[in-house]
Amino acid sequence: MNDQQQNGLTITRREFLGSVGWLTFTVAFAPQGLLVMSEAHAKAANYEIGAWVRISPDNIVTILTPGAEMGQGSMTGVPIALAEELDADWDRVRLEWAPADPEKYGYARKRGELLSYSMAIVGSRAVMMYYEGMRRAGAQVRKVLLQAAAKEWGVDPAELSTEPSMVVHGASGRRMTYGEVVAFAEVPDKMPQISKSEFKDKSQFRLIGKPVARRDIPDKVNGTAQFSIDIQLPGMVYASTVHASVQLAKPKRWNDAEVRAMKGVIDIVKLEQGVAVVADTFEHVLAARKALAVSWAEGAVAEGYDSEKALASIYPKIADDNGAITKTVSNKGDVQAAFADASKVFKATVRSDYGYHAQMEPLNGVARFNAAGDRVEVWEGTQAPGRSREKIAKALGFKPSQVIHHQQYMGGGFGRRSITDYTIEAALIARAIKRPVKMIWTREEDLAFAMFRPQSLQCVQAALDKDGKISGWRHCVVGDGNRLLHSGIKIKNYYGIPNQFIEHRGTSHGIRLKHWRAVAHPFNLLAIEGLVDEMAAKEGLDPFEFRRQRMAMTSKAKRVFDAVEKMSNWNTKRPEGRALGLAVTDRSGSLGAGVVEISLNRQTGKIRVHKVWVAIDGGTIVQPEMARRNVESGIIYGLSSVLKERATMKGGKVVQSNFHDYEVLRMSEAPEELHVAFMDRDTKPTGLGEIGNPFIPAAVANAFYALTGKRLYHMPFTPARVLAALKT
Amino acid sequence: MIVLNVNGKAVSVNAEPETPLLWAIREHLKLTGTKYGCGAGLCGACTVHVNGKAVKSCLTAISRVEGASVTTIEGLSGDSSHPLQKAWLAEQVPQCGYCQSGQIMKAAELLKKNPHPSRDQIVEHMNGNICRCGTYTRIIAAIQRASQEG
Repeated sequence: MNDQQQNGLTITRREFLGSVGWLTFTVAFAPQGLLVMSEAHAKAANYEIGAWVRISPDNIVTILTPGAEMGQGSMTGVPIALAEELDADWDRVRLEWAPADPEKYGYARKRGELLSYSMAIVGSRAVMMYYEGMRRAGAQVRKVLLQAAAKEWGVDPAELSTEPSMVVHGASGRRMTYGEVVAFAEVPDKMPQISKSEFKDKSQFRLIGKPVARRDIPDKVNGTAQFSIDIQLPGMVYASTVHASVQLAKPKRWNDAEVRAMKGVIDIVKLEQGVAVVADTFEHVLAARKALAVSWAEGAVAEGYDSEKALASIYPKIADDNGAITKTVSNKGDVQAAFADASKVFKATVRSDYGYHAQMEPLNGVARFNAAGDRVEVWEGTQAPGRSREKIAKALGFKPSQVIHHQQYMGGGFGRRSITDYTIEAALIARAIKRPVKMIWTREEDLAFAMFRPQSLQCVQAALDKDGKISGWRHCVVGDGNRLLHSGIKIKNYYGIPNQFIEHRGTSHGIRLKHWRAVAHPFNLLAIEGLVDEMAAKEGLDPFEFRRQRMAMTSKAKRVFDAVEKMSNWNTKRPEGRALGLAVTDRSGSLGAGVVEISLNRQTGKIRVHKVWVAIDGGTIVQPEMARRNVESGIIYGLSSVLKERATMKGGKVVQSNFHDYEVLRMSEAPEELHVAFMDRDTKPTGLGEIGNPFIPAAVANAFYALTGKRLYHMPFTPARVLAALKT
Repeated sequence: MIVLNVNGKAVSVNAEPETPLLWAIREHLKLTGTKYGCGAGLCGACTVHVNGKAVKSCLTAISRVEGASVTTIEGLSGDSSHPLQKAWLAEQVPQCGYCQSGQIMKAAELLKKNPHPSRDQIVEHMNGNICRCGTYTRIIAAIQRASQEG
């Protein structure tokens, strides 16, 4: 595979999308990844193509952006890489959403021999997955423009250079804007090949690594940014779905006549897992929701489920039960021998409660069918437009081509919005009532029918050899959710531990579960780094020194630990009542180390985090300011989850209902100082959307130990748990 | 039919008196910059001004604001020229942006009555507005900037 095939996008030929005089570069895919091919080849193989970059005679470059925007900056960060290599004048670049069509606009992923395309903006993938392909595409377009200008001027293309959106012939002083080139340029059937050596050198960057304002921000300070909840259509009505309070129970019957008689009520639509009320206004929907009394079929898996009881007494039994259903996540070296030969063994048991995404925009979708009922338009904010379109089509018995998808800004995503159950409901309701509909879950519904970060029990053990070095590691995670419990559990790119055995022991509760920001990293790292800190303390070593002396740290890890030690002035004494805690952070190819400074109110049990420092190796940082804010966001998200957030189920029902009992971090609880530093690296960009929160639980727990001599091993660290820990 | 004064214009809303101002603004008047977050006065995403005072529109019945002057984010300035909007841009505050109309409206109330608030005063005033992306430190910086640059 040559380097052109590593990513799924390239530019192959032109297509005038009704815009005469524009130069439109298109993108096409071959099943084996990416091939630069002739038009004839593309046609013969029946490859689909779509517009990717358009250059108009007035010198405007329009780039389609596949970076679904939920606040992380991807809609701007992804096309910057293309604009950089195209050497486009960023002030003359327009962005449009790429259509929900992964075959054209997705990135390629290879699993074994299987290659697939995806537009899913999950796992901090946006910039990481699109970066190289975008750069190559930009370089290809630039080369075409240079070749065209060279031909026009009768000079060697090698004599030409570019300035932002301008071709320059240095020898004669002649200049032409890209818009002027478009007047005579043609896109060749066979696009020029670009080798990596033709990419700009870092020193030539005008956009990458420089402060570029995010494109979505102006509309987010004046109320004009459009989220799906803001869509208005002629003749549109409103709906909201009521789901069972025992998740996934199916509706049997309800007070239909009574609710239908209410003012403004248009219809009541039965869905597989709920009942939707439809009315002329949303206030009438809310009134009808309140009056609706549904009886639900018995037999849902979640019936009678008590999450606290499960975590306290059932999970430990599963952890000890050799007959439990287990899955080996990782097994390397000889763990049994490491423990048999150990000079010392350390153990910890760690728990974590359910977490809710709590994105600020309650989930919603808008749908409208055509008169024939064989085509639907949907408006939604989704992290995975391609999959969303497919799932909506499937739910309707349609082909994806019958679904027209309009991507919108997302009022938060955090992993929740890569599954589109909400827009499927909107589409089913719209079909049933034959009218355009805006379907909104209330906050209470969004929480009751949430997809949670699973609760878990972790048992970790470490073996020290005769020299006191960590020679063996065992980690068992118990809980529901399979792979949702595995992320971050393997210690792979920071500490070299020769013998490791990691397993998952499963159970099932019938509760909806989903990826949450950094998935399982926060609680797995609490177990890993909590135990490392405990060992350091018991061995009488400073946490940095323990890692350096007793663990085989990778050079990447050493660099970030050294950096954060300096940044935080680790060895400087803190004011009375303050203490520091340290932990590694790891996610999506990025690695970092973080320190928090906390204080504690011993009467109320409230922990306050005052300062946070984190040093991150994220490869090339495409947009430093954007990236810094993304990490800050992760830190706050992490603090919120570890100090406050907990969802529980009793009698199979989610106990919490809104922000009064599912509390999230508020401004008064945010640290006074956040210090984020990126290592100066030239390597490929890695994910930054979720590197900010994985270290937080362990860092706070380790700081708490430094302050009190007690360990916190059950997140969140609520005041009640803190007070209980102080009494031990 | 209830007549409201929104952003300096008299507008009539065909809705029951108890209808929350939030839904009247968003769906009847199509001023969608004001957001629904919790419907229970807990998050502040729906904050608007009534006679210059920040209120949570999700808990305010339209009958209670008849004759009063309602200002939404759309009416704060026609061109994003309010000092807070300029500061929000300069500090690149918004991430997902969903809560930011409410944050700006809440902050505007503060600067009106206290043009030079201390950090503690800012935090105390803003504490009812949740930002799930965690832009709190940037919001504080933007309010301080607006307070200095006016």
